[in-house]
Amino acid sequence: MSQAGLECLLRIKEQILVPAENLVEISDLNFTYGKRPILKGINMKIPRGKLVAIMGLSGCGKTTTLRLIGGALKPTTGSVKVAGKEVGGLDTEDLYKMRRKMGMLFQFGALFTDLSVYENVAFQMREHTDLPETVIRDLVMMKLQAVGLLGAHKLMPSELSGGMARRVALARAIALDPMLMMYDEPFAGLDPISLSVIGNLIRHLNDALGATSIVVTHDIQESLKIVDYVYFMADGVVVAEGSAEDIKASKLPFVHQFVWGEIDGPVSFHYPSPPYRKDLLLEAQSSYAA
Amino acid sequence: MPHRKVGFGLGSIGAAVVNGVWRLGYASRFFMMTLISSGASFRRIHLTIREIYFSGVMSLIIILVSGLFVGMVLGLQGYETLQKYGSESALGSLVALSLVRELGPVLAALLFASRAGSAITAEIGLMKATEQLSAMEMMAVDPISRVVAPRFWAGVISMPLLAAMFSAIGVFGGYLVGVVFIGVDEGSFWSQMQAAVDFRQDIVNGVIKSVVFGIAVTAIALFEGYDAPPTAEGVSHATTRTVVTSALAVLGLDFILTVFMFRGV
Repeated sequence: MSQAGLECLLRIKEQILVPAENLVEISDLNFTYGKRPILKGINMKIPRGKLVAIMGLSGCGKTTTLRLIGGALKPTTGSVKVAGKEVGGLDTEDLYKMRRKMGMLFQFGALFTDLSVYENVAFQMREHTDLPETVIRDLVMMKLQAVGLLGAHKLMPSELSGGMARRVALARAIALDPMLMMYDEPFAGLDPISLSVIGNLIRHLNDALGATSIVVTHDIQESLKIVDYVYFMADGVVVAEGSAEDIKASKLPFVHQFVWGEIDGPVSFHYPSPPYRKDLLLEAQSSYAA
Repeated sequence: MPHRKVGFGLGSIGAAVVNGVWRLGYASRFFMMTLISSGASFRRIHLTIREIYFSGVMSLIIILVSGLFVGMVLGLQGYETLQKYGSESALGSLVALSLVRELGPVLAALLFASRAGSAITAEIGLMKATEQLSAMEMMAVDPISRVVAPRFWAGVISMPLLAAMFSAIGVFGGYLVGVVFIGVDEGSFWSQMQAAVDFRQDIVNGVIKSVVFGIAVTAIALFEGYDAPPTAEGVSHATTRTVVTSALAVLGLDFILTVFMFRGV
């Protein structure tokens, strides 16, 4: 049996035998950049097989949370567990073993610009398996067919539109059938059609692969259509959570303002600053006049 | 107030020194990691060969054209000086020794830093800025092993070959000007060269120099790219630093190596 086949069997066995309902568990997680606190004691549970969104304004700590789950950052305090293993405590070898079971879609795809679409999707297979070229070819074509880009396998990343690049990156991320898929702002900068296509793909691939998915986004309309559960973050803390319906019906001022895109609310348009009059020296002039 | 200014000045100097030492330590660690992660560069030799093409083969034109002109100028200037002493027959040895010992390795390294070093820095810096390196890490592939090490060994292998070609075409340039255009005796030109150039003392030392320059230039280019802030400005500054630092490193190392290799000869 090939190495990939064996790994696939082991993964199925692991998923059957491991009783934990939650694939990802985050407890009392704090993270600081230098002295600046980014995450302040957040708690999350991502159940197996579910599609969960982490939402919030830019800079609220969503992507940092994703990086902590992927082991790219280590928690200052608190715990991040994936499949029962403490991610922050893994050495490089074990972390890389765990990452082979994860897939991540980056904000702008992060395709390797010196490789064709085909080679991008085949990248992980070549790096982590000894599969013969014919099998790799079949697998790459299957993944590209799943994202609707079978005919684009010879193109280079520079020849792709933003939506196509995102779909190729998605095909690359699912190349080894990961148990956990992470999406970092998958809808950013897409036209409405590409946006719906990517949204549907995320949902369908999650169900077809039997994977668990985390989507970090601030695109409220598209994500609420496809997710099972939502965590709302603001200023490094989880301020609300619930199903898509719960979030839509939420009376919390921040969530209400965010979901309905209102200008007035707890989130101010202005960055904190001294009084405008003082900045324009009007107060000084009026005191001179007096 | 003057005390405060002095304190501020000392603080800035201290911060610059600490930052410099920290950066040197980080660069050394990066270099060691590259050496430790070099296995894949030889197990999957196609990765290294591909980089030899981009760093070495693509630098051939600039190396050959520059070498030809440097050799021609050497022939011209050498003849002007030697004829005053009636020693124009020594032109061959002057051109060959200048190129093989000094100009070949040094100028080829400077050109290599400008052409290939800057390209390596820009490529890796942009890979970082577009999250390609992060994507690789998330796919459980070590970027140092997959991206950095093959480029390092490609640079180390390419550099001596480019320096050798620079010297060879430079000698031909000297021959062209000295023998073909000016009319120095062809037999004297080649026989003096053959008698003066020692394989161990001149050729091997020149090759050693170019290997050392190859290590220095490629390591600097890779480090600057890997350490570049992931912005357009960051990559631009890193590329400039690669060329400046490499040039200074090559000239400094050349002096040190020359002291050890040719002292008392």
